[in-house]
Amino acid sequence: MLKFIGRRILMLIPVMLGVVLVVFSMMYFSPGNAEDYILGDMATAEDKEAFRVENGLDKPFWIQYFNYVRKALKGDLGISYNTKKPVTEEILTRFPTTFKLAFFSVVVSSILGLTTGIISAVKQYSLWDNICRFIAMIGVSMPTFWLGLMLMLLFSVKLGWLPAAGFKTWKHWIMPALTLGLHSASSIMRMTRSNMLEAIRQDYIRTARAKGQKESVVIWRHALKNAAIPIVTVVGMQFGRMLGGSSITEMVFAIPGLGKLLIDSINLKNAPQVQGGVLFLALTMSVANLIVDILYAFIDPRIRSQYVKVKKAKAAPAAAAKEA
Amino acid sequence: MSKEMSTADAISMKKKSQFGDFVRRFKKNKGGIVGLLIIVMFLICALFPAQLVGEDYYSQDLSNRYCHPNAEHIFGTDELGRDVLTRMVWGARTSLEISLSAVAVSCILGTIVGCIAGFYGGVTDNILMRIMDVLMAIPSTLLGISIVAAFGSSIYVLIFAMGISSIAGFSRICRSSVITIRDQEYIEAARATGASDFRIITKYVLPNALAPIIVQISMSIAASILSISGLSFIGLGVPAPTPEWGSMLSNGRQVIRDHAYIVIFPGVAIMLAVFAFNLLGDGLRDALDPRLKS
Amino acid sequence: MANNILEIKDLTIHYVTDQETVKAVNGISLQIAEGESLGLVGETGAGKTTTALGIMRLVPDPPGRVIGGEIIYKGEDLMKKSEHEMRSIRGHQISMIFQDPMTALNPVETVGYQIAEVIRLHQNLSKRDAELKAMEMMELVGIEGARAGEYPHQFSGGMKQRIVIAMALACDPSLLLADEPTTALDVTIQEQVLDLIDNLKKQFNTSMLLITHDLGIVAEVCDKVAIMYAGEIVEYGTLEHIYNNTSHPYTQGLFGSIPNFNSKTHRLKPIKGLMPDPANLPDGCVFADRCPHAKDECRSGKLVTKEIEPGHLVRCRLFE
Repeated sequence: MLKFIGRRILMLIPVMLGVVLVVFSMMYFSPGNAEDYILGDMATAEDKEAFRVENGLDKPFWIQYFNYVRKALKGDLGISYNTKKPVTEEILTRFPTTFKLAFFSVVVSSILGLTTGIISAVKQYSLWDNICRFIAMIGVSMPTFWLGLMLMLLFSVKLGWLPAAGFKTWKHWIMPALTLGLHSASSIMRMTRSNMLEAIRQDYIRTARAKGQKESVVIWRHALKNAAIPIVTVVGMQFGRMLGGSSITEMVFAIPGLGKLLIDSINLKNAPQVQGGVLFLALTMSVANLIVDILYAFIDPRIRSQYVKVKKAKAAPAAAAKEA
Repeated sequence: MSKEMSTADAISMKKKSQFGDFVRRFKKNKGGIVGLLIIVMFLICALFPAQLVGEDYYSQDLSNRYCHPNAEHIFGTDELGRDVLTRMVWGARTSLEISLSAVAVSCILGTIVGCIAGFYGGVTDNILMRIMDVLMAIPSTLLGISIVAAFGSSIYVLIFAMGISSIAGFSRICRSSVITIRDQEYIEAARATGASDFRIITKYVLPNALAPIIVQISMSIAASILSISGLSFIGLGVPAPTPEWGSMLSNGRQVIRDHAYIVIFPGVAIMLAVFAFNLLGDGLRDALDPRLKS
Repeated sequence: MANNILEIKDLTIHYVTDQETVKAVNGISLQIAEGESLGLVGETGAGKTTTALGIMRLVPDPPGRVIGGEIIYKGEDLMKKSEHEMRSIRGHQISMIFQDPMTALNPVETVGYQIAEVIRLHQNLSKRDAELKAMEMMELVGIEGARAGEYPHQFSGGMKQRIVIAMALACDPSLLLADEPTTALDVTIQEQVLDLIDNLKKQFNTSMLLITHDLGIVAEVCDKVAIMYAGEIVEYGTLEHIYNNTSHPYTQGLFGSIPNFNSKTHRLKPIKGLMPDPANLPDGCVFADRCPHAKDECRSGKLVTKEIEPGHLVRCRLFE
């Protein structure tokens, strides 16, 4: 198992270097110079030149890139142009808010998506199934920001039940979590339904029924345990997607999270902040996916036995491939 | 020669009946048909906006600001007194233009990458797929935002940004179907006849990997429409005065309390368009290959 | 005839969809006496598995629907039982071995759990005791009990089928429905599995319905034979009746398509044509289109099953 985890972490390294390269070169080649933003219009040409030398901005692209990577490994992502604070600090103060929002949303959407998906699969083509599928289809089609605005219009403007912006009390969290989570709930529902339908059709379900097992156990234990494996992947991916995609929701509800910080930084041409933020989010997303992969290996005995038990290892991959 | 002709005939007959099967299955899929009809409606809007609502989507009429929906302006007017319906119809052109071009770009590039990676395997596969991993690792919204922020907002940059963020999806899907096809016996057979790799890929591998790619095209268009409107919403999308659903919505956001209709109608248009392409994608998937799952 | 453990009367099962009605089983009747084995023989698609699922009341509904008939098990009609009562019969009184051991086991549960599951459902044992019993059952079918904690993918096909057998016999059922238990296995393993079933059957005095398309297996294991074709039983009798006095043209055809090492025939005689589409069965005799003796009168009217000698039933115009 450790070998598996170790290999996955090693695979992360080139990907992260690539992410830095993409983001770094984008900021490098974008019009506008750092010194103009930092020093302002009043600065003289000499001041600007001195600033460039001091920050290594006069060096060739690759040297700058490697310097950036070297510093990033130590946790130094540079200094924010507009607040003059370390980028890492800015990120870490905002990140808990974004994490909380994403976590809250993923919990809500998993509960919604799983239960509706399972019921839909068990009662395939029923009225309930059709309604759920229709809502899920609308859910994946609705733009996040519009959903946010519509919720706001209904619950804050028309009904006055919930506050429109901020993040102080639990009431503040309801609309943002729903806004961010509806798309995910819909994806999870669709995935759950199709995987459950697939699982219910399998022979081992018939075997379980032939044993005289109760239908509830057949569905919730035998079918769901098999269907759960791909569903876990989707839930994990959705969590990553929420961490990286929360910016628009944060903007709509004026939540001072990492996503909003990034958009603000882009508008201010705050390159170190943008680079650092995107890098950080890409890293958290990758770590989320890594955890999902490990979890996946733990739930699926066919994969687990490849890594845990050395005995019988030769038969396992072939059998797993056949049954997959 | 005559024998060759007859095989060719047989193959074309087979194709025809396969296509017939596909049409029959698709016709039975109510969702897919509804999606297709909505898409046709939007396509008509995008192709003939001038004939439908007239050329004038830009001139301001400040005396007629915020006209709530009425007989003259069915969907009302916006903050500059422009007719919302007119701008929405023209907005269909903007949205479809960008999303279709973006998906065309990413589909072509992604398919090429996926085919090469899947067909050759080994180191080539590894390198190409790690590059795709990099693109996948950056949250797509953020990737789009950063690209537009770096290169400025124009239609071409938008197409590029949207295209880049969906290449990875295409390449993965294409690669996995190529891998399953690669080792089939008919590929061996083609190789035995001395066909070049290029010929094998284009003639034998690609046609058999087409079904999931077609489905992905429909789904990607839906995703692109969403992303474009999202970018426009945060002010990084299509520059004014080009009408675009996301930016119309964004402009209306400040006045949502009093003039909600400005926000509601463009939102419905976005949702309907995305909904239609998703429905079409689902329908195509069911019709092309009943065994294919999301 | 009084000690019949199972008596099926006029069982009819259809699969009904919007487009068509597939007539899978059409009015079949058969009996199995205590301790007896009946071989149900027929081609793929003849309705054999549907019959077995019908006995278990596990025909997937929708689209499957039991149109009519009685399934009398130990004097009681299973068709009249509630779902709750059926659950206590399944796996306990009547159990089933499925065709494909590769897919019949749940890949994410240990085999020990899967065997213990049926034991815990029907016997009042603690979890621990049920697990011990499961290990005993594994030993009984020739697998180390210590492997109870392993998952199905860690076993070979033959071993998986042994586990399925262990599962089916764990609660000493009175009736075993074995649906092509050896079809998915290698020939060498087939023999072992058949011997195992046969021995255990004798040991527990279990009656059996053996579904197969292999007349050789039937000769080895069964006492009686029912030949099934397009949802009907076309010939029914003891082994001697069927093998020595083969009467129905279809049964004769089946024997003609088995290689025989004793006679000097160089060529097998396969039955011409295909089984009729069960969604669109012909009038009259269902076998008429492929029958070498078919006459015009075969293609209309309803056939009757005729007893041509005591206990030997044939459904054919030639014998009416």
